[in-house]
Amino acid sequence: MKCADEFKSRDITTPLLRELAHSLRRPVRIMEVCGTHTMSIFRHGIRSLLPEGITLLSGPGCPVCVTPASQIDAFIAAAGLPDVTVATFGDLIRVPGSRGSLATARAEGARVEIVYSPMDALNLAQQEPERKVVFPAIGFETTAPAIAATILQAERLGLDNFFIIAAAKTMPSPLEVLMSDPELKVDGLLCPGHVSAIIGARAYQPLADRYQLSCAVAGFEPADILAGLLSLVRQINQKTPGVDNCYTRAVPEQGNPRALQLIETVFAQEDSEWRGLGVIPESGLRLRADYRRFDAMTALPITVKPVTEPKGCRCGEILKGQLLPPACPLYKKRCTPLHPIGPCMVSTEGTCAAYYRYSE
Amino acid sequence: MTNNSVTLDHGSGGLASQNLISDLFLKYLTSPALSQLEDCAVLDECTCRIALSTDSYVVDPLFFPGGDIGELAINGTINDLAMRGARPIALSLALIIEEGFSLELLEDIIRSIARASTAADVAVVTGDTKVVPKGKADGIFINTSGIGTVSHLHNISGTQAKPGDAVISSGTLADHGITIMARQAGIDISGDIQSDTQPLHQLVAAILEQAQDGVHVMRDPTRGGVASTLCEIAQASKVDIILEEELLPIRPAVRVACELVGLDPLYLANEGKCLVICDPQQAETIVSTMRRLDAGRDAAIIGRVAAGDRGRVSLTTTIGGTRLLEPLTGEPLPRIC
Repeated sequence: MKCADEFKSRDITTPLLRELAHSLRRPVRIMEVCGTHTMSIFRHGIRSLLPEGITLLSGPGCPVCVTPASQIDAFIAAAGLPDVTVATFGDLIRVPGSRGSLATARAEGARVEIVYSPMDALNLAQQEPERKVVFPAIGFETTAPAIAATILQAERLGLDNFFIIAAAKTMPSPLEVLMSDPELKVDGLLCPGHVSAIIGARAYQPLADRYQLSCAVAGFEPADILAGLLSLVRQINQKTPGVDNCYTRAVPEQGNPRALQLIETVFAQEDSEWRGLGVIPESGLRLRADYRRFDAMTALPITVKPVTEPKGCRCGEILKGQLLPPACPLYKKRCTPLHPIGPCMVSTEGTCAAYYRYSE
Repeated sequence: MTNNSVTLDHGSGGLASQNLISDLFLKYLTSPALSQLEDCAVLDECTCRIALSTDSYVVDPLFFPGGDIGELAINGTINDLAMRGARPIALSLALIIEEGFSLELLEDIIRSIARASTAADVAVVTGDTKVVPKGKADGIFINTSGIGTVSHLHNISGTQAKPGDAVISSGTLADHGITIMARQAGIDISGDIQSDTQPLHQLVAAILEQAQDGVHVMRDPTRGGVASTLCEIAQASKVDIILEEELLPIRPAVRVACELVGLDPLYLANEGKCLVICDPQQAETIVSTMRRLDAGRDAAIIGRVAAGDRGRVSLTTTIGGTRLLEPLTGEPLPRIC
């Protein structure tokens, strides 16, 4: 297996940067939708190389960041039940709910295991039939097919000790909400590579048409991101907004029908709450009736109190790209990576954490 | 309770303890000082500058590709001594064992400790064993302390980095950290990924022989990795440190594994590498000295020290961008979704 080294090479990125500087005719605001883009931009120091006039805003594509506190509370409550093991992606461990996190629950004696795929959680359930294993099913269309496949496998195996808390969300509905906000001035969208591999580049066409918005689907290496930005700048210059697929090596126009079919089989769309964005119609995935027995929220006595977002936290506006982290009164004061208050500080790819970690 | 596992009796101080010591520990650990079984070891070393270090070892899994907890416990403490330019002379060994722990595994660990101690030529001269009830510990915990002697000629410390100095790594990065994370995750990553645990005192001795006063700082970047270690140095020395991503020695398999599980090699532990910050005039000599030894065969200059009083560490990325490196916050967590 090879890393995509050529996409990290200065031989490719330097001409792209030169072309970007050359093409830019006016200041532009571009939102990178996906958390992995945000991380890559910071990890490679891309901001420090961009011509002045390109402002990058981080969008709602970090699954951990947009999971509401009430749902985190549900994961923690599940971990507090007797004989329950919560098997979770590492991403979630430190995310604060209204009181504590899975990390603090673990310190207090709850069984919380880090897994790398939902199938690992299922294996855990098979290995420990005397315990109930709960998988917090967060993520977007990238993780949803694997979760669906795991549910189908649990069904085939007749497992009665494997559950999920359905918390996955879908694209591109939050983008629709963002773009319809008149206060949000975004000239172009850098669309997520992984999600697009599932839903297809064409999923953004309605957005491009309705809002005259330039869209570019991009991969995650520096050259991919720069090529995406260059495409956006050119579309903006030429006033020809559309969807440019700059990641054709992974993203087909139609997406991945098999993965979409898996999602469709197991999950149904429902209205879903996004941290910082509120409830967005048809933007979440719940288990269909045939698979409801795997829903931990109905099968187990998990109770969650209603929560209010922490006072002073501006994650909502930061997620919308309306505010940069230093403008939040809690940033670097009460809210730090060691003691995160808002979701944007928790995930390593959260906008605030990324700012804290990498920016000047 | 079977004959094959450690019982509370083994830690009672009575007959079972004595048998464990004489039949198992002394079978492998044979230094004259230890075999006297006194309350402490008296060493005939006489010098006015003594280095003393202690470290506790808790690792899951206990055995991993490239090493085990026993080897780690010997090499880790030897390396802590070596990083101040000390010549290690003796080690203590304290075990906290969970009731029910397999005696066979214990023997494997003691054998490994003996092998590492012999290979490094640093004896275990005193020890202690405690057994705690089942559930009160996780298998086995090991503490080792070590003493060493330090020459008056050098003053190696985290406060001594100076603008213009070169930053050298004695070898490839993140091998230990990714090996353990992959094992914990049950991920079977093909390729030559294994822990780099090894003693560094001979490498350090060779470096100091070549460049007595040119070496300003030495650190082994264990937990927190190279990034966190350099942050500590930059703050203690009140300088900035700039790394070049292109120069970082990272095995391709390690790099791929890190990308797969969303971990940054700059924040993963090393158990057999040192960072040397030295006079730039002597950097090439030090690198070639390192490369002549097995423990330093992949040594490379990876960056430089710059003037600055905020103690910042940055990385010039392969594409020429600048990325600030902060100390690690909490344990490194895999990023998947």
